[in-house]
Amino acid sequence: MDTTLDIAAIRADFPILSRTVYDRPLVYFDNAATSQKPRCVVEAIEKVYYSQNANIHRGVHYLSQVATEAHEEARQTVQAFINAAESREIIFTRGTTEAINLIATSFGETFCNEGDEILITGMEHHANIVPWQLLRDRKGIVLKVVPFNERGELDMEAFSKSISPKTKLVSVAHISNVLGTVNPVAKIIAEAHAHNIPVLVDGAQAVSHMPVDVQALDADFYVFSGHKMYGPNGIGVLYGKEKWLEQLPPYHGGGEMIATVTYEKTTYAELPFKFEAGTPDYVGSVALAEAIRYMQKFGLKAIGDYEHQLLQYATEQLMKIDGMRIFGTAVEKASVISFLVRDIHHFDMGTLLDKLGIAVRTGHHCAMPLMHTLGIEGTIRASFAFYNTKEEIDALVAAVDRVQKMF
Amino acid sequence: MTINEAQDQVIEEFSEFSDWMDKYAYLIDLGNSLDPIDEKAKIPQNLIEGCQSRVWLDAEEQGGKIVFTAESDAVIVKGIISLLIRVMSGHTPDEILEADLYFIDQIGLKEHLSPTRANGLLSMVKQIKLYALAFKAKS
Repeated sequence: MDTTLDIAAIRADFPILSRTVYDRPLVYFDNAATSQKPRCVVEAIEKVYYSQNANIHRGVHYLSQVATEAHEEARQTVQAFINAAESREIIFTRGTTEAINLIATSFGETFCNEGDEILITGMEHHANIVPWQLLRDRKGIVLKVVPFNERGELDMEAFSKSISPKTKLVSVAHISNVLGTVNPVAKIIAEAHAHNIPVLVDGAQAVSHMPVDVQALDADFYVFSGHKMYGPNGIGVLYGKEKWLEQLPPYHGGGEMIATVTYEKTTYAELPFKFEAGTPDYVGSVALAEAIRYMQKFGLKAIGDYEHQLLQYATEQLMKIDGMRIFGTAVEKASVISFLVRDIHHFDMGTLLDKLGIAVRTGHHCAMPLMHTLGIEGTIRASFAFYNTKEEIDALVAAVDRVQKMF
Repeated sequence: MTINEAQDQVIEEFSEFSDWMDKYAYLIDLGNSLDPIDEKAKIPQNLIEGCQSRVWLDAEEQGGKIVFTAESDAVIVKGIISLLIRVMSGHTPDEILEADLYFIDQIGLKEHLSPTRANGLLSMVKQIKLYALAFKAKS
């Protein structure tokens, strides 16, 4: 592999990668589900609890101020990471799912009426389907789905035709968690904006694999999860343009998000606090910022380039196996490979790969409508991170070949 | 053969496998030679939907005994089904209700009956007992 990254040194930052399963070295290829954590992220969590833990924003005491500053610095780190214009455009959520639910609720209640349309694509994760169906049940909106071609690329002509005067929002995955397709979100946003339609981008699979600039994209909303980008579980981000967030009502009510409360009337806090009811995850935010700094040490471009080489190598090697079927062959593709061998069931293959120490995801990957479109029940999915190696891919390919011969 | 005799026989068979590959190769063989369930029995009421694989289970009473037939879309699951049927099918409702399925654990396939596997097998075992309960109530 042609890279400036010192992969051996990077692997040493992730203690879990040196463990074994069933007495075999662990090959962790389930990164699209969750990434492993470098030592510095876990240490950041420890540091908060051991030396600066206090509830934030409401204390005059020293520790509370330290904790508050750390939390707000984390917000600025996230802001810089995705190049948002203002730190108040960064809302901490529990993850991508909560962020999409927030928009489906607050935006949906404000701007959507019966017969209005939300446009999604045929390759969305359930997290970008079900919140809109809940909105449909509440408000009678229509959910329209843009199809994709045999390579797993969005049908942009169909997208253009799907836009109507009733379209209120386009909500699209930046990268498909099943097909690996990198969707042309800049193009989608430009076209939607030409009709004054805002766009939400589900960046859960993107932010750890490529540089993301929300201003360059001109995204109205951009959402992602900490745990898929080497950060902790339970924290995620909703980026929203200030002009939109200002117009939306709060999602949850409680402490932190108010200006004044009387029994007759409550006024809400300014952004971003309006959307952060209750004690925020000020531990997770600090650890997330550490994960961002960790990635930035290497650069998202270098990370993405190396992962792309892993993808290409794995694709070439897997294709040498008789009966290999790869789902998703988009020209613009991230380091995710969904496959089946002949008609061997994904559960059978996954069970035996597991015995060989290889962690892959099997099943429908929370994208059952996509599986229906492909006419299959599920796939085996290998997804790579920048701590993975060519040798691990060799192990995967050898294991798949060994297992497929058993059927 | 009693349920426990059948279980002991399976345990004996599996004791010959020293490595897991052989064990799974045998399960695949068993799965491939499992009699398919009657197409007419592949109805939604007989479907146990796991997250990872699906299982169809049908039961009928023959002379006071319950005969089970089952199938899955995954071969390894079918192999385990074949063992479960060999042990549980053709017994009276009381025998089935009282059965303690220890063989799965002993042959090292316990993980496949854990709720986290979501392959339909755990639900299948529960469903076998429910059928026994239902047939008992009817008789």
